[in-house]
Amino acid sequence: MSWETVVGIETHVQLATRSKIFSGASTAFGAAPNVQASAVDVALPGVLPVLNRTAVEFALRLGLAVGAAINRRSVFARKNYFYPDLPKGYQISQYEAPIVQGGVLRIVLRDARGETEKAIRITRAHLEEDAGKSLHEDFHGMSGIDLNRAGTPLLEIVSEPDLRGAQEAVAYARALHSLVRWIGICDGNMQEGSFRCDANVSVRRAGDERLGTRCEIKNLNSFRFLERAIEYEAKRQIAILEDGGQVVQETRLYDAERGETRPMRTKEDAHDYRYFPDPDLLPLVLREEDIERTRAALPELPDAMRERFAREYGLSAYDAALLTGDRETAAFFERTVQLTSAVAGAPAAAGAELGSAGLAKLAANWLNGELAARLNAAELGIAASPVAPEALSQLLARILDRTLNSKTAKDVFAALWSGEGAVDEIIERRGLKQISDAAAIERLVEEVLAANPRQVADYRAGRDKAFHSLVGQVMKASRGKANPAQVNEILRRRLSG
Amino acid sequence: MLNASVAELSSALAAKRVSSVELTRLFLARTGALNGALNAFITVDPERSLAQARAADERRARGEAGALTGIPIAHKDIFCTRGLRTTCGSKMLADFVSPYDAHVIERFAAAGAVCLGKTNMDEFAMGSSSETSFFGPVRNPWDLRRVPGGSSGGSAAAVAARMAPAATGTDTGGSIRQPAAFTGISGLKPTYGLVSRYGMVAFASSLDQGGPLAKSAHDLGLLMNAMAGFDPRDSTSLERPAEDYTRDLNPSLAGLRIGLPREYFSEGVERAVLARVREAVAWFESQGAQTVEVDLPYTRLSIPVYYVLAPAEASSNLSRFDGVRYGHRAKEYDDLFDLYCRTRAEGFGAEVKRRILIGTYVLSHGYYDAYYLQAQRLRRLIAANFAAAFARCDLLMGPTAPSTAFALGARVRDPVQMYLSDIFTLAAPLAGVPALSVPCGFDSGGLPVGLQIVGDYFAEARMLGVAHRYQQATDWHLRVPGGAPL
Repeated sequence: MSWETVVGIETHVQLATRSKIFSGASTAFGAAPNVQASAVDVALPGVLPVLNRTAVEFALRLGLAVGAAINRRSVFARKNYFYPDLPKGYQISQYEAPIVQGGVLRIVLRDARGETEKAIRITRAHLEEDAGKSLHEDFHGMSGIDLNRAGTPLLEIVSEPDLRGAQEAVAYARALHSLVRWIGICDGNMQEGSFRCDANVSVRRAGDERLGTRCEIKNLNSFRFLERAIEYEAKRQIAILEDGGQVVQETRLYDAERGETRPMRTKEDAHDYRYFPDPDLLPLVLREEDIERTRAALPELPDAMRERFAREYGLSAYDAALLTGDRETAAFFERTVQLTSAVAGAPAAAGAELGSAGLAKLAANWLNGELAARLNAAELGIAASPVAPEALSQLLARILDRTLNSKTAKDVFAALWSGEGAVDEIIERRGLKQISDAAAIERLVEEVLAANPRQVADYRAGRDKAFHSLVGQVMKASRGKANPAQVNEILRRRLSG
Repeated sequence: MLNASVAELSSALAAKRVSSVELTRLFLARTGALNGALNAFITVDPERSLAQARAADERRARGEAGALTGIPIAHKDIFCTRGLRTTCGSKMLADFVSPYDAHVIERFAAAGAVCLGKTNMDEFAMGSSSETSFFGPVRNPWDLRRVPGGSSGGSAAAVAARMAPAATGTDTGGSIRQPAAFTGISGLKPTYGLVSRYGMVAFASSLDQGGPLAKSAHDLGLLMNAMAGFDPRDSTSLERPAEDYTRDLNPSLAGLRIGLPREYFSEGVERAVLARVREAVAWFESQGAQTVEVDLPYTRLSIPVYYVLAPAEASSNLSRFDGVRYGHRAKEYDDLFDLYCRTRAEGFGAEVKRRILIGTYVLSHGYYDAYYLQAQRLRRLIAANFAAAFARCDLLMGPTAPSTAFALGARVRDPVQMYLSDIFTLAAPLAGVPALSVPCGFDSGGLPVGLQIVGDYFAEARMLGVAHRYQQATDWHLRVPGGAPL
C-alpha cells in the first residue's frame, strides 16, 4: 500500500524595511543586545504603535506578484500571550482580515519522467511583528532578553496543502524565496532568520481524498532541513498508521543534529490567544491608486520571465527556471546573450548547426553549468562573478565561430576566472585556437593511422571501440585543438577508403 | 490669587503683577498644607516645579510668553513625565520613572506651563471614586468623609481645594466629568482623537481621552488650546487644523436647541440632582433656548457594553506589566510562570484584577461573539442614538451623575453599585463625542451637582461657549469648599 505525503507551508518572511513595523527603531541585524529597542519596542507604559507604510507596500508587492486578492480594508489584531521576549504581552498580527488573500505560486519540478509545472495555491499573507529573543546560554541560572528583533516586520505567507512530498515542498520554498528577493521585499538570508518555514505535514493512503491528521514542524531554517524534516515526519506518521495507531495533532520541533522531529506542544495545550482588533491601530485601508502604483512599479516577475525565456530563447522550462532563480542571474543571462549576439553577429536563437540548441541555449548551459559550479565552489553570488557577461560573451562567440571547442573553451574559462586577461589574449597566448584547417587535420590523421596499424585492423574487423581510440590519438596529437567534428569525418573517410 | 481663574492668572502674569515663581510657591504651599488631608497628589517635586517657573519667568522676560506660560498645572499621574515618577496609582508602577514625556506633557511644557506635581487617581484609572489607588483614597474637599469621584479624583480635588489652578485628567467612562461634578468644578472630555494618547498609560484604548479640569469653561478652553493637536505617534490622533477653543465664548442662546434625553431624567437619579439640572435648563430657556425631548434608548445598555469593552482592552493593555522589564517584580518566585503570577498578584489591586479577569473572560474562545462582538454592535447603536439626537438638537443636557458625592467606602464592596454611578457618562466615550460637566448648584447637604453637556463631534468650542454663558450668569463655579482644614 503506498502513501502520499501532504504538505502546506507557512513562511515568515522578514521584510527588508529599514525601521520596524510599528516603531522607528532600526531593523539591522547583529547589533549589541537591546540597542535597537525603542520605547515602543520595550512596551513602556503609554507608548503606541504607528504602522510602517513601507511594510504595507512590501506586502502589496507580494500579493500582486502572486495574483492574490488585495483586501482594501485589513485589520490588525492582538494575539495575547505571556512570554518574556514578547514585551507587550501580545503580538500585533492580522487575523480575520489579512492584507493578501489567495494567489498562486508556480513551481517547476524535474524528475526522471521530465519537467512538470505545478500551481500551488496561497491561502493568505498577513503582516505581523516579530518577537524578541530569549538567550539562555550566556547567563548562569537566568535568561537574557534581547528586544532588537521585537517589532521587526514579518509577512507570514500561508500555502494551501497542495504540496505532495518533500521535493515539492522544497521547490515551493525555493520559488517563494526567489520571489521575495526578486521583488525586493526580503534579503532572503536564512541564517539570520529572514526567511523561516514551518511545515504542516500529514500522510494518507494513495487515492484517499481526506486529509490525514497533521503535525506542524517548526524551526526549519534551511531548505535541507525542510526536506529532511518532512521526510522524517512522513516516515514517522506512516509507521504509526501502519501499526494501527493514530497521529496526534501537535506542534513539533525539528532537531537538526539528530535529524528528527520531536513534540513541542499538543493541540490540548494550545493557547487561547484571545484575538481582538487592536484599538491602537485603525483598520488599514488601501486606495486603488496605492495598489496601482505598486503594481506599475513591479519588475517583470519570474513566472513571466521564465515563460518568455522558454519562448524567446527556446530553453527548457527547467533551464528557464534556473536562470530566473534570481534577478541578477536573469539579468546576467540576458546581457550575455545580447552581447554574444552582437559579437557573433548572429541572432540569439541562431547557431542551430551546433545541434538543436542555439546561442541562447549555449549561454544557458554555460551559466547553469560551468559558471554556476564555479560560483558555488567559491560561495559567490553571480553579481560578484569574476567572469562578467562581457567576458563570457567573448568566450561564447569564440565557441560559435569554432575557434574553441568544448575542451579548450573550458580551459579559457578557467583562465578568465583566474583573471588572466581577455578571451582572445588567452587563446593567442596559449595557442588554443582550434584547428579547422582540413589539410592540417588530414596530416595528423595520416600520422596517427600510420603509427597505429593494430587499431586500424581492429576497426576494419568491426570493433567500433578502436575508432574512438583513434579519434583520441588525433586529438592528442593536435593538443586538443583539432575540430572534433572534422577529425571524425576525415577519419571515417580515410578508414572506409 | 488662589481663587483666580487661569485666564485671570494669565493676565496677572502678563501685567507682571505676579511672577510664575510666586504663583508656583503659592500653590506648592497650599498643596503642602492640604495634601495630608486630601491626598490629592501622589508626587510633588517643588524644586523641579520652581525650576520650571523660573524658566517661564525668563521666557516671559524675553517676550516669548503665551497664555499658559508660567501657569502651574497639576497632572494626573497617568501621563508619563520624564524624570518624575509615573505611578498610575498602582503598586506595579510605584517606582516607575518614565524616560520620556507624554504628548500632553510636551504640549504644556512647550506652552511654558509649570508642572505642579502628579495627582492621585484610581489604580490604572479603574474606578469612580479614587479609592482604588495604591497610595490611598482621595478625599472630597467639600466633605472629607466623601469621595471626590474618579478616576481623576486627585486632579478634581486639587482644583476644587485650590491646590492647583487647573489640572489634566483622562476620561474613559466619565473619569473627568464625574469627579468634576462631585467636586464642583468644570471638566471636559474632548472628541476622541483630539488629544494624543501617546504617553498616557492605557486603560481602554478606544475610549481613553485626555482632557482638562478647571474652575471654569473659559479655563477649559485655554487648556484645550495647549492639549489638543495632531500627534503622528498616536494612530488614532486626528489630523485637523489647529483650533482656538475659546473662540466662541459668547454664543447667542436664542434658538439654541437643547435636547433632554428622557433616559437622563429618570427615577434612580437623586431628587436634588434632578432639581438643580432642571433649574439650569430653565435658565437656558429663559435666555431663549428651546428644549426638545430626545430618546437615547441604548443608554441603559451602555453599562454592560462599557463593562465588556473597557475590561477587554484593559486585560490586554495591562499584560505588559509582567515584572520582566520595569515596574514591580515579585522578590521570590520558582519559575517564569510563578514570576508572572506573583508579580501581578502583588502589583495589582482588587479592582484592576477584577477587570483583567472580566476582560480575559469576554475575549476567550467561545465567549468572544456573545460578549465582545455583541458589545461592539451595541456600541455602534449607541453612537447612532447620538447621531439621531443631534439631528434634532444642538446639544444634550442632563445630570453628570445620578447622585452627589457618596461616602468613602460606601460602594467599594459593591462593584455593580459603583458601576451604576457611571450610567450617564459612559455613552459619550462609547460614541466618541465630547461631553463636559459644569457645576449647577448643591444638594441639601452642601454637595455640588454637575450639569452635563454633550455635543456632536468637534462641538467643543460651542459647548464651552454655552457653558461660559451659564457661568457668566451663575456663581456655582466660584463657590469654594470652606470646611476645616480648608
